[in-house]
Amino acid sequence: MSTVVAPRSASSAKTLRHRFVATARRWPIHLTLFVVAAVWIVPALGVFVTSVRPRNDILGSGWWTILLHPNLTLGAYSEVLGSFGFGQAFLNSVFITVPATVLPISIGALAAYAFAFMRFPGRKTIFFIIIALMVMPTQAAFVPILQMFRALNLNGGFIGIWLAHTAFGLPFAIFLLRGFFVQLPGEILESAQIDGASSLRIFWSIILPLSKPALASLAVFQFLWVWNDLIMNLILLSNPALYPLPVQTAGLLSGYGQEHDLVAASSVLLMIVPLIVFLSLQRYFVRGIVAGSVK
Amino acid sequence: MKNAQNARRSLGNALFILPAVIFILVFMIYPFIMTVRMSLDTGVNLKLTKFIGLANFQQLLGDHFFINLGSMSGALVNNGLWLVLYTGGCVGLGLFIAAVADRVRYERVIKTIVFMPMAISATAAGVIWLFVYAPEPNLGVLNGALSALGINPIGWLGQPSTVNFAIIVAAVWGGTGLVVVILSAAIKGVPDELIEAATIDGATPFQTFRKIVLPMIAIPLSVVIVTLAIGVIKVFDIVYIMTRGGPSGDSRVIAYTYYVETFNGGRGGYGAAAAVIMVLLIIPVMAFNIRRFRLDEGSRDV
Repeated sequence: MSTVVAPRSASSAKTLRHRFVATARRWPIHLTLFVVAAVWIVPALGVFVTSVRPRNDILGSGWWTILLHPNLTLGAYSEVLGSFGFGQAFLNSVFITVPATVLPISIGALAAYAFAFMRFPGRKTIFFIIIALMVMPTQAAFVPILQMFRALNLNGGFIGIWLAHTAFGLPFAIFLLRGFFVQLPGEILESAQIDGASSLRIFWSIILPLSKPALASLAVFQFLWVWNDLIMNLILLSNPALYPLPVQTAGLLSGYGQEHDLVAASSVLLMIVPLIVFLSLQRYFVRGIVAGSVK
Repeated sequence: MKNAQNARRSLGNALFILPAVIFILVFMIYPFIMTVRMSLDTGVNLKLTKFIGLANFQQLLGDHFFINLGSMSGALVNNGLWLVLYTGGCVGLGLFIAAVADRVRYERVIKTIVFMPMAISATAAGVIWLFVYAPEPNLGVLNGALSALGINPIGWLGQPSTVNFAIIVAAVWGGTGLVVVILSAAIKGVPDELIEAATIDGATPFQTFRKIVLPMIAIPLSVVIVTLAIGVIKVFDIVYIMTRGGPSGDSRVIAYTYYVETFNGGRGGYGAAAAVIMVLLIIPVMAFNIRRFRLDEGSRDV
């Protein structure tokens, strides 16, 4: 006991001067991290500030002088939300993203359950093919998918985009959930089987409730994946009335490159949901991203 | 009797994967096969028209927008540049930030700040950096800083010599957070005693890092590098937003070549050949993923 106490009392005996010297010697670390934080914050801050400045101020003075020219307006937001269709685009993003998150998770969970606990011919081979497809570029599928949609008259609508996002989300969903399922305690499963519960029942009332953390991580990951996607929406949606936020922002950029306040406001609208999701569900978000680092 | 029962159960089990398998067959495997077929075709107006063998690939390799070894430009060369600078930049910076932040109490705050861009889209990140690089010194913070120093504004995205570097810097800003989060967890896994022992033996912090920490985080590090490399092969959104491959094709990447040739040029076969090249480049990465998975499974069985 005394051996533990001795060094502690020695350290508390350190004089204020010693501690001050120790802190001062660490200033390069603090300075470095301050610069890092600034490099990451300043670019994003510029867009937020630009989005609330009057258009005439924007080219008149740098946004970093905002405190000297404290004119603020939400005019750009009302303009992009109204006449530039970003209100509709926001809704479209929701319409696209919610089903394109729910579908792959549901279908993926069923498959992951089978891959984790069941035996059937070809199980290993099919699973390896699915892992391999996790990194498949969407470009290698777009044109044939478009032609299929044309043939089925799903061309350019929400149903097509839901189906495509579901398919491309599935390999990762299966990979992540199976990885979680196989780590669940096997005894629970066995006792349920002995009690005569059906596979579907075990899945629904035992596996799924136990897997909430994994399902949440996957949901956050897939939600942001679809919400943030540009290329798939750009290619598979042909009707501008159905464009989600990223496509609408890209359109605004090419058409109205000089209305800087509008461009800034539109990209804030594009970021706002991901940032809320990030800040409120950070734990699940980080887990999902880290697990998804193979995609 | 028992066999029939087993077969029936095995069939019932397979039903669980059926929806997923149908989706993957219809929207991934069949389209992929058709894309390969299309790459061997003229593919006029995105329809199979005339089989031409490997002519598209031959033509691509002679296309100075795709690869020009004389002036070291073109989409494929740009992807190479991305691979070195983006991957190197994210890993170098991420490792550095993770290691430095590990030594302060506000580590979480720093990690949150650097990780934040992972949440937003490449589209939003692209717009953010369009503003940073804006040529007007009152709009772009970079040229604003230069003009404060009396230097003329630079059109970062408008000239061939800087455009690729400028986009890659924006992408590194977006991607470093992944490295920080994955590697800072790994760095914390290195036992303190090892580092103390090295320090007592007189190793400099740099030596400690290289000889002790680095070997111990080799596996997560390789995962991170593979992830970033996959991102490089697929990169499209941020280039599309920031430059549309310009000026005059100087910042094109493979996925951009695919997009332009297919959807602006209507040359389905030519675009498909670019897509097939993306897949060919990604296959070694896929093999790595599968091998890693097999190793994981192996260790779990033991």
